[in-house]
Amino acid sequence: MGALLAIERLQMHFALRSLIPWRAPRLVRAVDGVSLQVAAGETLGLVGESGCGKSTLARCVLRLIEPTRGRVLFEGVDLTALGDEELRRRRRDIQMVFQDPTASLNPRLTVAATVDEPLALHTPLTGNARRARVDEVLAEVGLEAGLRDRYPHQLSGGQRQRVNIARAIATHPRLVVLDEPTSALDVSLRARVILLLGELKRRLGMTYLFISHDLSTVRYLCDRVAVMYLGVVVEEAPAAALFDHPTHPYTRALLSCIPIPDPDIAQERLTLAGEVPSPIDIPAGCRLRGRCPLAQPVCAEPVPVREVAPGHTVACHLV
Amino acid sequence: MTDLLALEDLTVHFETDEGVVQAVDRAALTIGPGEVVGLVGESGSGKSVTALAILRLLRPPARVVSGRVHFAGRDLLALSEEEMRSMRGAQISMVFQSPRTSLNPVLPVGRQIERLLVRHGGAAPGRARERAVAMLREAGIAEPERRAGQYAHQLSGGMCQRVMIAMALATNPRLLIADEPTTGLDVSIAAQILELLRDLGRRTGAAILLITHDLGVVARLCDRVVVMHAGQTVEWAAVRDLFHAPAHPYTRALIHAIPRVDREVAMEPIPGSVPSLLAPPPGCRFALRCPLVRAECATHVPVRTIGEGHAVACVAVASA
Repeated sequence: MGALLAIERLQMHFALRSLIPWRAPRLVRAVDGVSLQVAAGETLGLVGESGCGKSTLARCVLRLIEPTRGRVLFEGVDLTALGDEELRRRRRDIQMVFQDPTASLNPRLTVAATVDEPLALHTPLTGNARRARVDEVLAEVGLEAGLRDRYPHQLSGGQRQRVNIARAIATHPRLVVLDEPTSALDVSLRARVILLLGELKRRLGMTYLFISHDLSTVRYLCDRVAVMYLGVVVEEAPAAALFDHPTHPYTRALLSCIPIPDPDIAQERLTLAGEVPSPIDIPAGCRLRGRCPLAQPVCAEPVPVREVAPGHTVACHLV
Repeated sequence: MTDLLALEDLTVHFETDEGVVQAVDRAALTIGPGEVVGLVGESGSGKSVTALAILRLLRPPARVVSGRVHFAGRDLLALSEEEMRSMRGAQISMVFQSPRTSLNPVLPVGRQIERLLVRHGGAAPGRARERAVAMLREAGIAEPERRAGQYAHQLSGGMCQRVMIAMALATNPRLLIADEPTTGLDVSIAAQILELLRDLGRRTGAAILLITHDLGVVARLCDRVVVMHAGQTVEWAAVRDLFHAPAHPYTRALIHAIPRVDREVAMEPIPGSVPSLLAPPPGCRFALRCPLVRAECATHVPVRTIGEGHAVACVAVASA
């Protein structure tokens, strides 16, 4: 079966303003050749530290920014080749939830008006049918009907994120891109939003591209996980395999940094040297080699991607 | 063992236009010399306000309504402003959540540490430079001589936090208060900062009050834990007891509300929501969210000792 979403060799390069006019501007290679697939009904987690390119990749998928190179196939149609009008129609099927639940709501629109907006733009529904759909979606995300005429400032953080989710699912999209939807929320609200997303997935067959640096949440919600480092995917695997048998040195280091809430588990931390280098001066060959404790001379060569188990691929010379 | 810090019956109110926000309600905690104590709770639980009250850094509309803060045998709330100033930065220092905004943007970071050493550490201006560079090296900063001459905006977030920790420990304080020191940092940098805090704490013998919402951080770093909910301290325990025998219904709910990276768990959100502190319920403020609620919860909240160093503020939990 074809994937619902297929990202093919996607690149997003940003040119820096050149200070010397006759010299070519330097490039920030934020996303540098990423290929990923998401099947219908599946949740793919995209993880990595800040600056790895995960949010840039998400924005390219929705064409909120125009990718430099590569294709984004949605149900077989290349989104990067669509004209503005066709793209707008397609957005009915691809929606996004952003990190900051407050900043992503219009403070002058009530809850009902916020959820109504995509319905007015993307569906033929009018009048009572549209009002009914708004009420139905609010019920789906667990917002009481009494909140429909409230403004964002009258809601709690968790309620605001529910409004964002309601807006995203109102048009029955095939794919929802979630960019750190829980990182601005407190422990108890985070648990509720994660459970809500899981329930919507089961009940409505939702497909998610879930972007997060919170690996515990990713483990809970995702079927497959891709790990990004400096603009490339270094490891991709079914969630259980990735968390129980991490293989790439970067994945292992990342997992070893997450403090586990159990004082009896002795955690051996795999230390990477220094900090993430700037995406302007990306080393040739493996991008991790300057920091990797296992680095060998061979790591300066182009990195092969190997399948170490069914569906588990790793981009490392040493596995 | 005598406590280095003993906080008793601390109540803090904010007098706002909408009414009195009862931010901290009869909170209590103790810290022994060299001990690492975690103060855990969700946002709005009063953790940071408690820390600021210890340092007497609260300003109107905040007001300490009642309470005592004993530090090394003295009541900090009774000190003059002049005496308190000689405490801060010398005996008790603090590391804040946003390291870049806590540093002076127009002074090289090395100079900031030098000033502190001259003011509180009794260092001669000539020797301060050397000591500042040595502290930066201790805090794991590569090329400390060069970094000492740089400004906060030239350093990464992780490096700014290393500078803050170097500065906080430069005067050999007896207590370091760290308020969410790793929030906003990437996981690998956060892990480095926590290790640095623990190692430098051990080496200098400073006790640490670590404020966090992350139970993983608590498990990794702390000896003892105090749990706060809606301005009240609800449980005090050694770190192993907190995770293996949590007693307060809120602590139990908190532990079950977090997903885990090391194994699959069933996650249960905490029922209800944090009550408004403008009109909090009388008695136990968790009562409205609590599965074990009973009529007495509204009238009194007894603190019961249920084990060695393990106490809980709950009517429903039987005493040992």
